[in-house]
Amino acid sequence: MASQPAGDNSRLKRRRWSESVFKVILLASVILVSLILSIILVSILWKSLPALKLSMILKTPGTGYYLGKSGGILNAIVGSIEIAFGATFLALVIALPLVIYLNTYLKRRSFLAEVIRLSLDVLWGIPSIVYGVFGFLLMLMFHLRASLLAGMITIALVELPILSRAMDETIRLVPAELKEASYSLGATRWTTATRIVLRQALPGLITSVLIALGRGLGDGASVLFTAGYTDRLTTSLLQPVATLPLAIFFQLSSPFPEVQQRAFASAAILTLLILAISLLTRFFGRKLSRHKIR
Amino acid sequence: MKKEKGRQLAAGLFSLFPVFLTIAIFLLLLAKAFPLLSLKSLPDLIFSSVWQPQKGQFGLWPFILGTIWVTATAFILAAPLSILTAIYISDYASGRLKKWLAPVLDLLAGLPSVIYGMWGILLIVPLVGKYLAPLFGTYSSGYSILTAGLVLAVMILPTIVNVSVEVLSAVPADLKEAALALGATRLEVVRYVVLKKSLPGVAAACVLGLSRAFGETIAVMMVVGNVPLAPTSLFSPAYPLPALLANNYGEMLSIPGYESALNLAAIILLLIVIIFSLAARIYLTRLERRAG
Repeated sequence: MASQPAGDNSRLKRRRWSESVFKVILLASVILVSLILSIILVSILWKSLPALKLSMILKTPGTGYYLGKSGGILNAIVGSIEIAFGATFLALVIALPLVIYLNTYLKRRSFLAEVIRLSLDVLWGIPSIVYGVFGFLLMLMFHLRASLLAGMITIALVELPILSRAMDETIRLVPAELKEASYSLGATRWTTATRIVLRQALPGLITSVLIALGRGLGDGASVLFTAGYTDRLTTSLLQPVATLPLAIFFQLSSPFPEVQQRAFASAAILTLLILAISLLTRFFGRKLSRHKIR
Repeated sequence: MKKEKGRQLAAGLFSLFPVFLTIAIFLLLLAKAFPLLSLKSLPDLIFSSVWQPQKGQFGLWPFILGTIWVTATAFILAAPLSILTAIYISDYASGRLKKWLAPVLDLLAGLPSVIYGMWGILLIVPLVGKYLAPLFGTYSSGYSILTAGLVLAVMILPTIVNVSVEVLSAVPADLKEAALALGATRLEVVRYVVLKKSLPGVAAACVLGLSRAFGETIAVMMVVGNVPLAPTSLFSPAYPLPALLANNYGEMLSIPGYESALNLAAIILLLIVIIFSLAARIYLTRLERRAG
């Protein structure tokens, strides 16, 4: 505009200038964050993948393994899978009726629903080391020793709030019309919950379970005192069990370079497991939602 | 109908489990910390810096201070970067960038802490010990508060970014478009509309990240040095509360009061974390409700 005073023009320039400065700052921080994220992934895989050998996956530790002799960490791989699947199952046994009750039997803002959601928030915030302490105290109360069972229960407690909150959020998204249609056909609340709501929310529920499973696989602090550690495969609930996070932790603090190499290899296995779960989560989120009624 | 009632009752019992669990955790820890509390006063235990279990000295101050230093360092490093990134993702980024960044952030949020700890030992410990400390004219073994802060910052970054993006994206498009139509630049839209509307939510996202940082155990204890002295600088080692628990709990030592002292440490950690995370959560839930 020709008639615009000169002062406005310079102000416009200043505004444009600060806009571009801000954009540069934003871009710089995004690039920095992406750089950090890729450095982490690349440096972990770079260091750990070359250390990965087939014998690591197929063998349990032999004699003198921690001095650099032969063997693998099959015990920790199997142990981690046992403990994570068991814990996720236990957590699911509690979380499933819980979210059904929260979302079909209770009114959304009822006092009880508020209290339950609040306590889930509290549990969500508790660090896993505190769960470890709690699990250990429980173990003493029931005269249990560090075992697969104790570790499984402790990890189940860690997973419970994560699983319940995630499931609660997906079930809440099921449209009320769908439920009402089911009620109007004479279905009970239970039938509606299990046949309609759970089916409609299935992709989200599977995603939630996978997220919980990933947490269970990777959590080391809670099993530090509750699961123990063993060089053998665990075949009973009352035996101690080895887990991958602790295998990495213990081997990394060894003075022998061969053992440290194995820590890197164990880290590669754990990272790949978590990566696979993360990809599965994405896959289920996308594929299974095709059958949803929208 | 009878069956339906039975199912309702059963499901109701299950849904009370989290309430009972919360109460049980508090009560059990309190009961186990009580023997020490009846011997010494609470301020004595919290503010004394002498940690000598063999002599019956259980000063928790070095550990509390260590926790605060490490967490604060991580927070100062992570918060600005995450908020700027979140603003870029929600208000500037193309769909393609979002598509790439979201899975990576999710993956990193799910990566186990022992992996971050290993990464810290491999990369950050030498970085701090060999380059950063000499640069500032001091000596450090590399196992220091700064190292732990850097590792922890990276760990809480995905949490803060993800929650912030959610909060920022919840600002109605109409409001932004109205401001743009009035001739505002994008910066002005962010400053006067988006942030004005969502600043408390972004703060809550940061607090959520902070409460994660407080409780993080394995990654921190792998790189922080674990020396039970009150820290004096960013380059000195520390011994945060979670590391204290992880290193000493479970070995049932026969020193009187030792177990109680550790349980007290667990309670202090629990209270700090819960106050922070609960405040953030309650605020975020209220925000969500207001949005519909």
